[in-house]
Formats: sequence, C-alpha cells, structure tokens
Amino acid sequence: MNLKHTAGLLRHAKRSLLILSLCTLGVGAAQAGPPTAQVNTTGLAVTDDTVKVGILHSLTGTMAISETGAQEAEKLAIEQINNMGGILGRKIQIIQEDGASDWPTFAEKSRKLLVNDKVAAVFGCWTSASRKAALPVFEKENGLLYYPTFYEGLEQSHNVIYTGQEATQQILAGLDWVAREKGAKTFYLIGSDYIWPRTSMKIARKHIENVLKGKVVGEEYKPLGNTSFGSVINKIRLKKPDVIYAAVVGGSNVAWFKQLKAAGITGKKQTLLTISVTEDEVLGIGGENLKGFYSVMKYFESLDNENNKAFVKAFKAKWGADSVIGDVTQAAYLGPWLWKAAVERAGSFDVDKVVAESEKGDIELSTAPEGYVKLHANHHLWSKTRVARWGDDGQATVVFESGLIEPNPFPKGYQ
Amino acid sequence: MKSFFYNKLLGGKQGAIGLLVLALVILVVFPLTLDLFRLNLVGKYLTYAFVAVGLVLLWGYGGILSLGQGIFFGLGGYCMAMFLKLEASSPENTSIQSTPGIPDFMDWNQLTHLPWFWKPFESFGFTLIAILVIPTVFAFIVGYAMFKRRVGGVYFAIITQAIALILTVLIVGQQGYTGGINGITDLRTLHGWDIREDSAKYTLYFVNAFLLLGCVMLGRYVLTSKFGRLLLAMRDKEDRVRFSGYDVSTFKIFVFCLAAVISAIGGAMFTLQVGFMSPSFVGIVPSIEMVIFAAVGGRMSLIGAVYGTLLVNFGKTLFSESFPALWLFLIGGLFIAVVMFFPNGLAGIYAKYSQQLAACVKSGRGCARSLVEKLRSLRPGSRTGAGSQAGESL
Amino acid sequence: MDGYSFADLQAILIMQGFAGISLFSVLLLMALGLAIIFGQMGVINMAHGEFMAVGAYTTYFFSSLTQNYLPGFLDYYFVFSIIAAFFIAGAIGYLLEFALIRHLYKRPLDTLLATWGVSLIMQQLFRTIFGAREVSPALPDWLLGSYEPTEMIDIPLNGLFVLGLTVLVTGGVFYLMFRSRWGLRVRATTQNRVMSGAVGINTKKVDRLTFALGCGIAGVAGAAFTTIASTGPTTGSLYIVDTFMVVVFGGAASLFGTIASAFSIAQAQSIMEFFLSGSMAKVFTLLTIVVILMLRPEGLFSTKVRK
Repeated sequence: MNLKHTAGLLRHAKRSLLILSLCTLGVGAAQAGPPTAQVNTTGLAVTDDTVKVGILHSLTGTMAISETGAQEAEKLAIEQINNMGGILGRKIQIIQEDGASDWPTFAEKSRKLLVNDKVAAVFGCWTSASRKAALPVFEKENGLLYYPTFYEGLEQSHNVIYTGQEATQQILAGLDWVAREKGAKTFYLIGSDYIWPRTSMKIARKHIENVLKGKVVGEEYKPLGNTSFGSVINKIRLKKPDVIYAAVVGGSNVAWFKQLKAAGITGKKQTLLTISVTEDEVLGIGGENLKGFYSVMKYFESLDNENNKAFVKAFKAKWGADSVIGDVTQAAYLGPWLWKAAVERAGSFDVDKVVAESEKGDIELSTAPEGYVKLHANHHLWSKTRVARWGDDGQATVVFESGLIEPNPFPKGYQ
Repeated sequence: MKSFFYNKLLGGKQGAIGLLVLALVILVVFPLTLDLFRLNLVGKYLTYAFVAVGLVLLWGYGGILSLGQGIFFGLGGYCMAMFLKLEASSPENTSIQSTPGIPDFMDWNQLTHLPWFWKPFESFGFTLIAILVIPTVFAFIVGYAMFKRRVGGVYFAIITQAIALILTVLIVGQQGYTGGINGITDLRTLHGWDIREDSAKYTLYFVNAFLLLGCVMLGRYVLTSKFGRLLLAMRDKEDRVRFSGYDVSTFKIFVFCLAAVISAIGGAMFTLQVGFMSPSFVGIVPSIEMVIFAAVGGRMSLIGAVYGTLLVNFGKTLFSESFPALWLFLIGGLFIAVVMFFPNGLAGIYAKYSQQLAACVKSGRGCARSLVEKLRSLRPGSRTGAGSQAGESL
Repeated sequence: MDGYSFADLQAILIMQGFAGISLFSVLLLMALGLAIIFGQMGVINMAHGEFMAVGAYTTYFFSSLTQNYLPGFLDYYFVFSIIAAFFIAGAIGYLLEFALIRHLYKRPLDTLLATWGVSLIMQQLFRTIFGAREVSPALPDWLLGSYEPTEMIDIPLNGLFVLGLTVLVTGGVFYLMFRSRWGLRVRATTQNRVMSGAVGINTKKVDRLTFALGCGIAGVAGAAFTTIASTGPTTGSLYIVDTFMVVVFGGAASLFGTIASAFSIAQAQSIMEFFLSGSMAKVFTLLTIVVILMLRPEGLFSTKVRK
C-alpha cells in the first residue's frame, strides 16, 4: 500500500513537473491555439498542446457487454477530432477508467477523474444507476459528463449533456406510428423490473389512454435476469393485444424472444414494438427470433445516409469488420463532437463556459450519423425517432422516420 | 479494571500490539500519506471490514457460514440512507416535484405521501436505534427459525443466500418505496452538516475508523469470554457441547445477531461516506465477496479481517485500473489459493513467519529450509494446529 | 373472466399447463447434475452454472463450425453438440475434481468458496475466448416454432425438446444409480465411505466419476437451454440460486425429492406468474421455499445418511 502510494506520489510529482516545464516552454514557443491561461481558468488538465478527457465505462462485470460499443465509439470520435487538429489547437488525451459494473466505482472513478486528473470532460456511464451514482460527484466538483444512453428522463443536471433520447422522444412517435399504421387499439406492456422500463411504460400508458384513446390490457414486469416467460406469454395470448410493447433487457431479453418464437408468436401474426433491442442485443437473441418485430430507436446501423456510411466504415475499420453499432454506440460517438463544438464556441475549456454555450440551444451537428441533431437548452438533443423492422440477418429496415422531436425530460401530463 | 481492559479488550500483550499497529495504520499512516480521494476509498473499504469482522466471529469461531451478510450491511445502510434522503428532500429542495417534500423517486412513482414506514426515519435518534435493532431482529428471526431446528453448515449458507436474493428482488421491484435499482442517491446533509465537504469526509473517516476499532475490541471481548471458548467448542464438536448441557442454538443465534449488528454499522457508515445506498450491496455477489475478505485476512483473526479487506480491495482498485481482464482470474485464484493453501489467511502466514523470524534471529542459520517446511505445514492437513495458533494470537 | 369463450380458456389452460411442465423440466434438468454432486457427495459446486455455460458455448462452437464448414449438416449438429457438451463438461469436471475438489471433501464450506473462485475464473475465460457479448447458436429448424394441435393451441417445440431430453436424462440417471453396478458403488460410498472402501470399492474413483457425471449433466442442460435462454459469460450465475433451491428443497440426498421439488416449485411459480404481475411472483416462490425449509430443514424427502 505504502509502496503503491509512494509510486503514486512520484507519478504525481513527475506530472506536475512535466506540466510546469511544458508551461515554461510554451511561453516562447509558437502556439497553434489560444494561450492556455485564456482557455483554462479553472485548473483543468490543459496544456499548450493537449487536453485531457476521461472515458468511464464498465470494461468488466455484467455491463461490459453493453458498454464496450460506447467506449469504442468515443475513442473513434476522439481519434478523428485529433486527426483534424484537435480542439483549440490541443490534442485530446484519453484517461480511461473502468466502472466495473459497480455503481460506487463509477462515483469513485468520477471523483478520481475530476479531482486527481482534472479532466475537462468525461464521456461515460451507461445504466441510469451508474449515472445517478456519479451525478452528485459531477455536480459537486463541477465536472462535465456526456451520457450516451436512451433513458427514462426526469433529470436535467447542469453538469450532464444527454446524447441519447429521453423517454418521451423514443416512445411517443413509435406509439403514434403503430396506432396510425396498424390501427392498434389494445396494448400489452412488458418490461424488466427497474426504473427505466417502469417509467417508459408509465409514459406509454398515459399516451395510449389519453392521446390514442386505446387500451392497455396488461402490464407486466419481470425481475432482471428472469428466464421463464411461459406464463406471461399465455397471459398475452389470453388478452390478444393488437400490440406487444416490450422493454425487457439483458439476458432476459434473449429468453423472451426465443420463447415468443417458440410459442408461435412471430412477426407474421403479431405486432411487437420494443424499445430495448439495438444491433448490440441482436447477436445474442438471434436474427431468426426477431424477424418481423419492430424496434423504436433514433439510430440503426442500416441508416442510409452519407454521414452514417462514413461512420460505419470508420468504426469497422478501427474495431473490426464484425463489430456492430447500436443506438447507444452512435449516441456515444456524438459526445466528443458536441463537446468540441461547444468548446470552440466558448473559446475555453472551462466547464461553466462550455455549459453556457451548450445551453444556448443552437449547437448543431450536421455530420451526425443519425442525421442532423441540435442541442436543446435543456441539455438533451433534438432528434428523429425511427421505427425499423428486423430481418433475420440481424439488421433492421427503417419503416418510419419522424421529424425532429423536441426533448422533454419532464413531460407534463405524462408523470 | 485495568486487567479487564488489558486482557479482555486488547487480548493480552500480543493482542494489544496487533491492535496498536492496526490503529496506527488506519488512524495515523493512512491519513498522513494518502490524499483525500484515496483516503475516502480506504474509508469505504473499512466499512466492508465491519462485515469481515462479523464473519470472523460467525464463521471463523462459530463455524456458521452466512452467504447473506450483505442483507445486514444493506439494512444498516438503507436505514441511514432513508434518514439522509428525507433530510435532502425538504419541500424547498424538491419544489419542482408534483408532491414536494417526499423523496424524488417516490414522486416519479406517483406516490403522493410518505409511506408509513418511512415516517419514523425523520428522527435521527430513531434512525440510530433502527440501524442497530432492525438487523438484530431480522437476524434473530432467521437465526431462531434455523438454529432451533439445527439447520447448519451448507444449508444455512444456501438459505441465507436465497434470502439475500429475495431482498434484492424485493428492493428492486418496490422502487416506489425503496428507490429501486438506482438505490437511494443524492444524499447531502446530516442535520445540516454537508457530508460531501472535504472536512466532513475526514471526520467521517475517523468516526468510521474508531467504530471499527471498537467493533474489533467488542469482538475480542466476546471471544476471550467464556462464550468465545464455547463457540470454538461448538464449532469443533457441537454434540459434545450440547450433551454438556449448553443450549447450542441460543449461542448461535447470539453470534449471528452480533455479526449482523456489526455489519449494519458498517453499512450505515458506508452510506455516510459514499453518499448513497443501492441493492447491489445487498445481493449474493457482495455477500460472497465479503466472505473472501475475511478468508484472506484469516478467518480466525479479527485484525486479519481488516487487513484482508484492505488488501483485496486495494488489489481490486489497482487491477481494475491497469489490467481489468486479469482481475477476475486473480480474485478467482485467490479464492482457491486461500482455501487450498492458506486456510488461515494472512494471519496464519503471519503467525508462522513471526515465529520463524524469531527463530531465525536466534539461530541465524537454516532459515530458508525451515521456512519451506513451515509453509508446507500451513497446508490443510495441519489445519487444526495452525488454527489454534492463529486463535491464540487473535 | 368475461369476454372469453370456453374454447379460449381451455386452450389457455392447456398451454399454461404445458408452461408449468416445461418449467419443471428446465428446473429438473438444471438440478439433476447438482443433485448428484451435492446430494450424493455433499460437495457444493458453486460453479454449476458455469458448467451449464460450458455446454451452451460448446453448442455455439459447434454451431459456428457447422455454419462455416458443413452448412448441410445444420439440422443434425444439435444432437451431436449435446453429446459433446456432456463429455466436454464432464471432462472439465473430472479435472476439477482431481485438481481441487478431492482435497476439500472434509470441508464442505470451503468447497463452496473454492468453487465460487472457479466460477469467476470460468466466467472470465468465456469472456476472453468468446467475447463479452451474448452469442446465439443457429438452431435447426425443427427446434423453432410451435406444434399446433388445434387452431388456438401452440405448444413450443423447444419446450417439448427440453422435456424429452429431461425424461431421457432422468431415466439414464436412475438407471445408472439404481440398476447398475456403478450406481451401487456410488450409493454404497454415500452411505458409508469407510465400509465401502473396506469391501474393495475404489471410493476415490467413484467420487471422481460421480463429479464428472454431475458436471456432464450440467453441460447437457446448458446445451439444451440455448434453445430457450441466453448464452453469455455470466449466464451461469442466473441459474445458481434456483438450482440450489430445487436440490435443497427436495432433500439433498434424494433424487426422488429433487423431482418432486422441481415439480412443485415449477407449478407454484408458473401459477403465481399467471396471477401476479411483477417481481412478486419470484419473491413469493422463493419466500415460500425458504419458510418451508425453515420449518422442515431436511427438505421434502430425506434419507438417513451415516456420515
């Protein structure tokens, strides 16, 4: 312990020395960007030619499955930004930390990144629980977090930019579509038992009952990790809903679709809309079990536009031809770009200035793989929602695309 | 009076030295050498050490392996978290909610008033009592039902594990009342005292450290009393103790309750230092991890349990920072190695080496060979010998 | 239940009955291997779930091999992969017994910890070899979809398959245990180890084969479960508590008990799942088992065993 600590101290001393010497050197040297004293008034890890950021995802534990894609996308974006010359003349250096699928570790590592490493921004977290655990740290230390996952909403922190969709963005357009296209009147809601599915289903139910004038004929939550769906499937069969609306996650998701298929409930006979299946999950579920069902997301790997083709190509070149890109992966890719845009407009890495620019509500990315996105004053993104039908090759074909939807993390009438 | 303190609480000369060294390490060395970030980490680890100390009593001496100590850690932690959450949810802080004045997660789940079982936690006094009493009562019910019917060993381990699972599913499922899988987060102040401030973190670290030392001394007091001897006797030959006219189950229930209370104190301190509590500390995995802390430190050594907890957690932090993929191999290997080769953990190794060292100093020759022999004799075959030795040095 | 025709309800009743039986066969198949290891040998194998994952990954491995090299064979490979899963998981179990378990027979609680360590290592191995993402073996067509005896009734084919396999494996185990010389030796060793040794039974060999058999059956279960659930590095840990509850509830040393307990737990759970929503079905099922075990610690069936 002591040895380790001494090593840490030495490292720290070395680093400060390094920073010091770089600073003194920097005074005379020609600079590509504005002087450090000007772009960094709050003591962040910014030198004349580098800026440090953190990446905080689970590399180990149960969540590593999901979070791998997100951190790969963030690294890709940062590499691309560096190749373009970095931000304000400074190359981005990554400090990666492992959240280990353990919520206090996320809080702990956030504190390390902000307090010890003084990073200018952090890209990370995946589950709501990890974000909730890290959030007080970001608020106290005034850090900046770019959070990539589609989530339940009901949150808007000064210190977080949410690059995934909040629940109403994802849910309402999909429900409208299914009511319009399929004439759906009755819905069966099923999800894993935790906050995201429950909040999403609450919003869905209000929308179905109050706006679509339809009926929710059943609502069911199964514990995380549950693998027996036989009884639920029979209940669904008894109720004969027009639409099954699903938000089952993790290993349960695989069991759920396999057992649906085995019970003869397939895309041919039954409309099923899910808000929890991206390309990442399809590998485990198997395309043949999903065929004909619909996912509602803002992004699919198969999107047909120039931005996306370039993104998919770059991603596969860097991370392997058989890697897949899901909704969250794409949202994570947006984080560094949104940060770059805000920093450049603020002319500073200072968190408050970057947030102030972000809150003006007019930072746009026309190069986003999902198409055009714009940052709203409420820290969420304006984005389109798409409904896509799965084929048995594990790719989805978009059948509906909404207009740009305003993010609304505290939806009136849906709470 | 002096002899009571010296013999019972410190455990004689050797025990006093061990305790003094531990106190020096956690009260002086760590605070002086670590920055606040690392110190706060150590503080978190030390809260797990409470559970490990409880397990030494329960498992090392009582021979009862509970795979559900996370239950009590969680109960203590949740009690504290409920109090802090209520304080953080004052009507002013929560004015944007549909129902101000209740915790945010209740508002999201359409609760419009505070559930009855949350109400008493508005009082700090009640909370403190609850932290001690609720886990005790729960442990008593479980222990009474099982030990009276002579459920022991493996069955007890599996049933406690199932209870841990039930509690986790329940907490996650009843999110309107418990905060669900996210747990109870964003805790801020204790009677207006901001627990997120640096000064508060120092204070809490020391409070935690003193409580831990207190629990070690309590454990020692219990073990040096007649009760401690009975525990050992029960572990080795339960029937003989029963035939001698002792009510074995009552002793077992007592030690189970004691371990529960100690764990719960750790849980409450965890909540205070980390700032939240979630079901991921109640379940099966953390419960088993806590057993390995005790096993690494030495299941027969109260002080060893603290070192074991620190060592494993430092290892975890270090490896997950540098070689995340290796960590599971390493911890898995550690489980196996401790069980196979070092059943008395660090304390067992220390007991052997310290003797050897003394002998080396005296003779100055033949150290290496006899060290190897000593290491061999640490193997399972000679377990009883090593056990009693470590037992003596507590 | 207004608004439903009699035929509707009848169809649901049949399918719900099958759901219960299907869950029963899943639980039994999971628990059989453990019942042998825990019940007959008193060893707590916390890595049981990971042995199931070995079976599942074996299937996945064979499935990718077949897809790449012998696409025409896709309809049949599944049967072979189940057999392979049995032998691979069994072989790993054999090695594990030799390297680790045999040193710990006198310390059951320590086996629990050591095998937990083994399970962590195995999980990380799966992750290193097959990747962190979940995988899905390509299933033959005859396992997909449902059997429809009437318009309204769908009986899942994979459920029927697991049921059939369970019957087969259970029959095999019973034959081995109660009709073969080897089973006689196993039972003799369980009842009185010293005596068995004295009459010339090689108890060490019996132990090793028993453990390997238990692990092999776990492998078969894992392979079969690729049809109904997920295959990932941590898949095994989903099953471990349920599996132990089935075995303990049935009475550790009784194979009949395991069957009875799998049946009652499955029926209770599937009925509760039908009438309760949310996690409460799971909570009630587990709670009932725990309470019954507290009242009757020896489980449903108990055999007198001389230690």
